[in-house]
Amino acid sequence: MYNFDVETPGTVADAVAALGRDEAQALGGGQTLIPTLKQRLASPSVLVSLTGVAEMKGVCVGDDGQLCIGGATTHATVASEARAHYAGLAELASHIGDPAVRNRGTIGGSLANNDPSACYPAAALGSGATIVTNARSIAADDYFEGMFSTALDEGEIITEVRFPIPQAANYQKFLQPASRFALVGVFVAKYAEGVRVAVTGASNDGVFRWTEAETALASNFSADAVSGLALSGDDMISDLHGTGDYRAHLVGVMTKRAVAAAA
Amino acid sequence: MAQVSMTVNGKAASGDVEGRTLLSTFLRENLELTGTHVGCDTSQCGACVVHVNGEAVKSCTMLAAEAEGADVTTIEAMANADGSLSTIQQAFQDHHGLQCGFCTPGMVMSASALLKDNPTPSEAEIREYLEGNICRCTGYHNIVKAIMAASGQDVSSIAAE
Ligand SMILES: Cc1cc2nc3c(=O)[nH]c(=O)nc-3n(C[C@H](O)[C@H](O)[C@H](O)COP(=O)(O)OP(=O)(O)OC[C@H]3O[C@@H](n4cnc5c(N)ncnc54)[C@H](O)[C@@H]3O)c2cc1C
Repeated sequence: MYNFDVETPGTVADAVAALGRDEAQALGGGQTLIPTLKQRLASPSVLVSLTGVAEMKGVCVGDDGQLCIGGATTHATVASEARAHYAGLAELASHIGDPAVRNRGTIGGSLANNDPSACYPAAALGSGATIVTNARSIAADDYFEGMFSTALDEGEIITEVRFPIPQAANYQKFLQPASRFALVGVFVAKYAEGVRVAVTGASNDGVFRWTEAETALASNFSADAVSGLALSGDDMISDLHGTGDYRAHLVGVMTKRAVAAAA
Repeated sequence: MAQVSMTVNGKAASGDVEGRTLLSTFLRENLELTGTHVGCDTSQCGACVVHVNGEAVKSCTMLAAEAEGADVTTIEAMANADGSLSTIQQAFQDHHGLQCGFCTPGMVMSASALLKDNPTPSEAEIREYLEGNICRCTGYHNIVKAIMAASGQDVSSIAAE
């Protein structure tokens, strides 16, 4: 790692100010950023640690009935504290990486990073969540802009994520056992207004909504409803772990499993 | 360089570190607590697991500066006060839960974090909890068996050695 300074602000305002310094970068749980720094793929001069910002931590239900999760809340905290309100989301958090990763990694870090195989992007897009930053609120549909790319501006930090709570939801992750990320993951959520299906791990453009499946599931929320549907493997990730066609097939299988588990 | 201070194994510890100093480096090089091993250095293997404020973390994926004021426990504090092996350590010895021993500090720290939250885990729960601890001598069966035994459970049904 190249050397850097570490700032440990206690408030969002101080964190934003610190991020105004030259070549400053936010540090969440470090479970992606520290390995990246070790490979010298990034060379910030200042890391601004967000884990000491109390107002960015915790899980609560807002007056509008939405589940609010602070941007610096760890996966382990979401797994335990969100369970009573949104079990599908808590279950997803409880299978990210391993226990030590979950004790440090944060929801804000995961959504800011937008790894094409990460779990939280599927939950945020699949729930129609709102990404709240120090500057504005961004609908999940407008937030994800492709692999490792988001609507966040330089120095903008995710302070909170708000999830509308569905009637039923489930996430099915086909594990890539070496990385512990999803080879393919599908998040299905059923709301009074309709069904949302978000897919991670599959597309070269990162997380996406499978709208055909959403339409089919809206009128018939059963695994059979998606049986006749197929996605093209052309734009899917192809690597030594699986071809694009294989991933496209898995999306169908995982969607059916998620619907069956949620229904 | 900046000063960091924390409690390590019940004692106050401090030192001057660079921003990039990892907690594992601080423990091993500044405090000379070399029981914490660095296996992969890519956040995968879990040999470096320690407890920070009671939670298992990979000390190679946390900055020393982030542990300011924290309560850190390493493998060096796992034995009983009289120097005899703790229940978990003794179970690892009794059930041949180690071969080369490189992963063992992380295994013991993960096992103790698991048993604190879940005093009588099932075999499946133990295997799931150890997902982030890699053993290259493929000793998993006996590691799982040792943790089952340490939790006071019958181990006769666990796969053979
Ligand atoms: C062994 C291992 C297994 C893993 N398995 C999985 C898995 O199965 N599924 C999965 O989804 N992930 C997995 N991860 C990744 C893990 O979930 C990370 O915690 C997560 O991707 C990044 O969160 P973090 O808080 O650690 O962020 P960091 O690593 O600290 O930061 C990541 C990026 O986000 C930025 N950032 C951090 N916080 C904020 C914020 N609040 N606002 C704006 N920008 C911010 C940083 O500047 C950096 O660019 C795994 C990681 C490891 C090491």
